[in-house]
Amino acid sequence: MKKLMKNKSFRAGLVITGVMVFLAIAGPFITPWDPEEMNRGLKFSGVSLSHIMGCDNFGRDIFSRVLYGLRTTMIVAVGTVFIGCAGGVIIGSLTGYFGGIFDTVVMRINDVLFAFPAVLIALVFVSLFGSSDVILIVALGVAFIPSFARMVRSEFLRNRSLDYVAAARLQGAGNFRIIFFHILPNAWPVLLQSVIIGFNNAVLAEAGMSFLGIGVQPPAASLGRMLSEAQSYIRVAPGYALFPGLVIILMVLGLGLMSRASYE
Amino acid sequence: MRKGMVLKKAISILLTAALAAGMCGCAGSKKSGVSENFTVGIPQDLDSLDPHMATAAGTKEVLFNMYEGLLKPDSEGNLVPAVAQEMTEKEGGRVYEFVLRPGVKFHNDAEVTVSDVKFSLDRCAAPNADGQPLVPEFSNIASVETDEAQSKVTVTLKQADTDFPAYMTCAILQEATADQEDAVPMGTGPYMFESYTPQDKLVLKRYDGYWGEKPEIKNVTFKIVSGTDTVVTDLEGGAVDMYARVLSDQADTLSANPDFQVLEGTMNLVQALYLNNDKKPFDDEKVRQALCYAVDRQEILDYVSDGKGTIIGSSMFPSFSKYYMPELSDAYKTDTEKSKSLLKEAGYPDGFSFTITVPSNYTQHVDTAVVISKQLEKVGIDAKIKEVEWGTWLTDVYTARNYEATVIGVDASNLTASSLLSRFRSDAGNNFVNFSDADYDAAYDKAMSETDDETRTQYFKECEKILSDKAANVYIQDMPEFVVIRKGYSGYKFYPLYVQDIAAIKPDR
Repeated sequence: MKKLMKNKSFRAGLVITGVMVFLAIAGPFITPWDPEEMNRGLKFSGVSLSHIMGCDNFGRDIFSRVLYGLRTTMIVAVGTVFIGCAGGVIIGSLTGYFGGIFDTVVMRINDVLFAFPAVLIALVFVSLFGSSDVILIVALGVAFIPSFARMVRSEFLRNRSLDYVAAARLQGAGNFRIIFFHILPNAWPVLLQSVIIGFNNAVLAEAGMSFLGIGVQPPAASLGRMLSEAQSYIRVAPGYALFPGLVIILMVLGLGLMSRASYE
Repeated sequence: MRKGMVLKKAISILLTAALAAGMCGCAGSKKSGVSENFTVGIPQDLDSLDPHMATAAGTKEVLFNMYEGLLKPDSEGNLVPAVAQEMTEKEGGRVYEFVLRPGVKFHNDAEVTVSDVKFSLDRCAAPNADGQPLVPEFSNIASVETDEAQSKVTVTLKQADTDFPAYMTCAILQEATADQEDAVPMGTGPYMFESYTPQDKLVLKRYDGYWGEKPEIKNVTFKIVSGTDTVVTDLEGGAVDMYARVLSDQADTLSANPDFQVLEGTMNLVQALYLNNDKKPFDDEKVRQALCYAVDRQEILDYVSDGKGTIIGSSMFPSFSKYYMPELSDAYKTDTEKSKSLLKEAGYPDGFSFTITVPSNYTQHVDTAVVISKQLEKVGIDAKIKEVEWGTWLTDVYTARNYEATVIGVDASNLTASSLLSRFRSDAGNNFVNFSDADYDAAYDKAMSETDDETRTQYFKECEKILSDKAANVYIQDMPEFVVIRKGYSGYKFYPLYVQDIAAIKPDR
């Protein structure tokens, strides 16, 4: 960790991500405007001192909506990655460590799940359980499990025949201990990579789902939803698309820098 | 290593340049105008290719190009002969005689026979699952007789009905192929079916054996554009040549583009917050009236269409000027206090919460719902919004009536008042709002059995008045329609119905 802190790009990434998380948490205290308050007179008004990012097609303050949207998007992304990662680690570590017929069966099921596009799985979930933020998180999370499982499994396959695992076994460590205390920490750098990539994908997936109308429901804001709504007005109010887009870029950039540093 | 990098860079630059050149090429060829292929963007998939089974207005406006009835509507709102060449009214509107136009052919080149006509009328008159004929007014038909020698079809009604010719716009199908209608549509219209890819597009081509004036555009593709958001990009990128209903802000953007022309008309829809009159609390007239008072229609228009559009107060739009009652649009002036006191009387002093289900592909309706939900907050009502995909809307909301409220536009299927009003009869199969009122039923029945045109119009107006008084729904507006067409085409016609007549569009010479 100390070594990481010395890395410039890691520090830059940490600062950017930190600011984003701060904005998401403290959003309501920063902006004086209600993100759902409409004003006819302010429709598509440009950047000004009181509305620093201008207003949208309902005259709502874009800055407030970006803050609230950032929060929604972050909750969805964190939840999605958490479910996907937890599920993936359990499945991947068990199959990779034990191998055999269990591995074959579980991984084939995994392959089947992998073959369906994430959006399709999410659609099935939504039609079964209705659409809400929680359902969206669970649906996307489940859809993310297979890719995590594969990655973790290959790490375990690589590690299980290494000397340190054999040494641990000789010392009498049980399977559970070897999996979670010996191999998993060694798989961590690779896992961190896919967590960050997964986070970025989750942000984009949330955008896609909201675009299809099965994600966040209006009038609530999410960065993805704002982006898709802004498409129609890109000539009239470029800021409407620009600012949510910028925030997504910053969020992805911050995490990307951190992930690259950890890889180095 | 360095050399490799330089090479890679060079290749990528070349590739980008080639790609850019290619894209210019595409754009250029499209701009240079008019081709034999014309692509129309439509906002949703088609619910059926069978014109008798289709329920969505957006489907019927497309099928208009393939099918014709004995008569068909023109852009002025008149009925003109189509498959029939003349119609004779007898016995004060109880008997109608149609003489078929010689040489009218189906798209498989078979001539229309009197038995095809009888078959088509019988098909629409046959009761379906809910015991109602496909065209409700056809329950009035006593008999359809044919005379092959004179190619004459005689329709006898149980009761005289001077509006009856308007229902004769019902599509004529071929008896031999009708069971395949949904897969291979076979009509007599200016365009014939070529192919259909669900969720993607319907391709039509000009039918050269058409009896009337042949259209100039040879191939027409109706491309399903899933969200209104991408329409501008689709038009500017050349994927679509025409889109019939862009948002007013998009219209502004596109009218600044020298490649497009923007025409303005009305959609001929009754846009409303439709309330499920069976579901609590909307079974209470006072609650419905409270909603009507709480909503500020002008504000909706300002947000959604820059103030354009016509505020309406009942299930009738201004194009039907004979029946339209402009005074009803003022029936519920926005009055927050009155709304609150009505809610109190109804037993909801603190308001209540309900869900508005809207089809996500119609941005206008979603935006309207967003504004309404904000306005209802002022009287303490919490209206949540649930976006659903169009297919889900049709099954859950329209057919299964499993919803609390929805924002949608309802069209007229033909040129009569009953096409808009019949659905509110308590026993109507398409009464998706479950409106039930004995006075309404009585007034509607009187109108239908009346032969004197003036008195009949009075009864229809009474129906409209009841819908307004009882606040069956929160009526909003007849929306403005902005049609965008690529420059180089002219002749687009606005109809008083929900119709896109592609045959009227002509490439400029």
